[in-house]
Amino acid sequence: MPLVLEKRAERSAFIAIASPLLAIALTLLTMSILLLALGKNPLAALYVYFVEPLTDPYTLMEIAVKASPIVMIAIGLSLCYLANVWNIGAEGQFLMGAVTGSYLAVVTNGSDVGHWLVIVMLILGAIGGALWALIPAICRVRFGANEILTSLMLVYVADLIMDYLVRGPWRDPKGLNFPTTAAFDPSATVPVILDGGRLHAGVIITLAVVVIAAVLLGRTIKGFEIRVVGAAPRAARFAGFKSDRLVIFTFLISGALAGLAGIIEVAGPVGVLQPGISPGYGFTAIIVAFLGRLNPLGILIAGLFLALTFIGGEGAQISMKIPLDLTKVFQGVLLFYVLACDSLILYRIRLIGSQQKTA
Amino acid sequence: MKKLLMTAAAAALALAATAMNASAADKLKVGFIYLGPVGDLGWTYMHEVARQALVKELGDKIETTYLENVNEGPDSERSIVQLARTGHQLIFTTSFGYMDPTVKVAKQFPKVKFEHATGYKRAENLGTYSGRFYEGRYIQGVIAAKMSKTGTLGYIGSFPIPEVISGINATMLGAQSVNPNIKVKIIWVNTWFDPGKEADAAKALADQGADVLMQHTDSPAAMQVAQQRGIYAFGQDSDMIKFGPKSQLTAIVNNWGPYYIKQTKAVLAGTWKSEDTWDGLKEKMVVMAPYTNMPDDVKALAQKTEAGIIDGSIVPFKCPVLGQDGKPIECKGGTHLDAGQILGMNFYVKGVDEKFPSK
Repeated sequence: MPLVLEKRAERSAFIAIASPLLAIALTLLTMSILLLALGKNPLAALYVYFVEPLTDPYTLMEIAVKASPIVMIAIGLSLCYLANVWNIGAEGQFLMGAVTGSYLAVVTNGSDVGHWLVIVMLILGAIGGALWALIPAICRVRFGANEILTSLMLVYVADLIMDYLVRGPWRDPKGLNFPTTAAFDPSATVPVILDGGRLHAGVIITLAVVVIAAVLLGRTIKGFEIRVVGAAPRAARFAGFKSDRLVIFTFLISGALAGLAGIIEVAGPVGVLQPGISPGYGFTAIIVAFLGRLNPLGILIAGLFLALTFIGGEGAQISMKIPLDLTKVFQGVLLFYVLACDSLILYRIRLIGSQQKTA
Repeated sequence: MKKLLMTAAAAALALAATAMNASAADKLKVGFIYLGPVGDLGWTYMHEVARQALVKELGDKIETTYLENVNEGPDSERSIVQLARTGHQLIFTTSFGYMDPTVKVAKQFPKVKFEHATGYKRAENLGTYSGRFYEGRYIQGVIAAKMSKTGTLGYIGSFPIPEVISGINATMLGAQSVNPNIKVKIIWVNTWFDPGKEADAAKALADQGADVLMQHTDSPAAMQVAQQRGIYAFGQDSDMIKFGPKSQLTAIVNNWGPYYIKQTKAVLAGTWKSEDTWDGLKEKMVVMAPYTNMPDDVKALAQKTEAGIIDGSIVPFKCPVLGQDGKPIECKGGTHLDAGQILGMNFYVKGVDEKFPSK
């Protein structure tokens, strides 16, 4: 009795809403089975994963801190993806933003120049990320080079540039040869906004970016243009939208946001420029962009949810001795089910055998 | 509504706090932060082995928790805080990169005792510990010079930090005591743990004529390459004989167990003090794996060297130590280099032909 996927005549509105819920339900079921196999109480474990981090101000703040860079990058990426522009190199733009923004922190180190410094650093970081993103954009527009490859490969170039700087010219002279800059001065640090935690001003910037993106996409011509060029390039051309200019525009915006996220992370929670400042945020953001269905609000929710699983996974390691690998399996399973369930929006499952009998 | 939420949060906090106090009163909670996965078979694995030894020794009085794969960037501070907040009274942070986060968290939790491996910043409630691994390297140098037919050693370095540099120098001084013309080729892989990169470096070194490999990285990859190529290698961090039954000459084994037991007992007895511990072969924090795959005379020489280091008749960094240019290095310890010169080592000794990284 083979199964076939059959294209629906139109998108199923019901499944579009039910799909994420179904995905979460299936994930919880799979997780429960795995937890049982490990000899852990699934209900207690799921409580530690999903509820406990929400009951405590400290972990709530940490969820926001963890989600902030991922959401900011994902918002920029969603603009690209909506316009059918495939920027895969946000990780590199994140790093270049961190590098260009850190320049001022490194050269002014030790001379507390005033709090305007961090603002200039953030602007520089955004510019650095945008310029880095401009390279694949120009390569596509001018030479027709595939931006998936060029943007991805520039990640490694950015990584090596940062590596060179922190091992060479920017290395902390007192740091015993360790590959790190000196700790940033207070004036070069993104301020913490609540005592007793690490919640920093960058989180507010991320929220502002979410709102601006929602307005841009929902209420402006530019947002309309992005969606039309992505969905129907021919129609867009007849409407007079220039797709080349949009490639440049979306790359610049997403690069700037990734770069801004990079410098905020470095000047905020990390406090120095060093290798390993990003545990793959630029790539995680791709997942978050799609989990959030390329919608600003959806991305915010998806980012917070993913951050919750990180923090909850840590709690599960501490209080229930559940291995970290299970948290990773869990994130993978969730993504798998989300994508699988999403295909039900456009397709329906049918049993071939049963159909033949009725025919 | 807001008030209700606040009350609920406060109640949950109070509940969590009582739960924490209750368990803390029963058993001392000891936490560990690991850099790699517990299965890296190198650095992190040996901390895990030591944790298990601790549980075996004091299991009825303590409860242990570990967090693995904690990156040295933005996540480490939160991970350490999470352990401190969940009632852990003694926390071992087992990688150099956790230094500044540990210092920060130690300030926030003055009643919790912290132990940071391989760092140099201490506080009232923060001690440091490390092993004199260079002593083992000296013995390896002696063996390598005896065993090498090509007269060229291959060295896989992680980062050019003093710890690794002093290992290279100790190896060369040991080797030169046997063969003054010994050569060493060094490849920096810029990672502590990446079996693929480590294996590539090992192959490249073997291709360049090195017939004894040594590594300052954490996986057994180099040992496996040596086994395939029919050349010799040394295990790092742990006894890697099963990866190179015909290749391993010996291994430097990190033996943290006795120290962890000692410090935990001190906390239990209320006698813990912040100290700087730097122990070697004599105190058995550094242990040599059995000497294998070598003729009896080499084995005898290795054992003699080991005994000499333990009784103090052999001092690896005995003056005069000559720099790369052949001029003697300032001798701050009277008859040998002092601790500061070894812990901050930033030069190669004579006989290392490579350019000193980023100088």
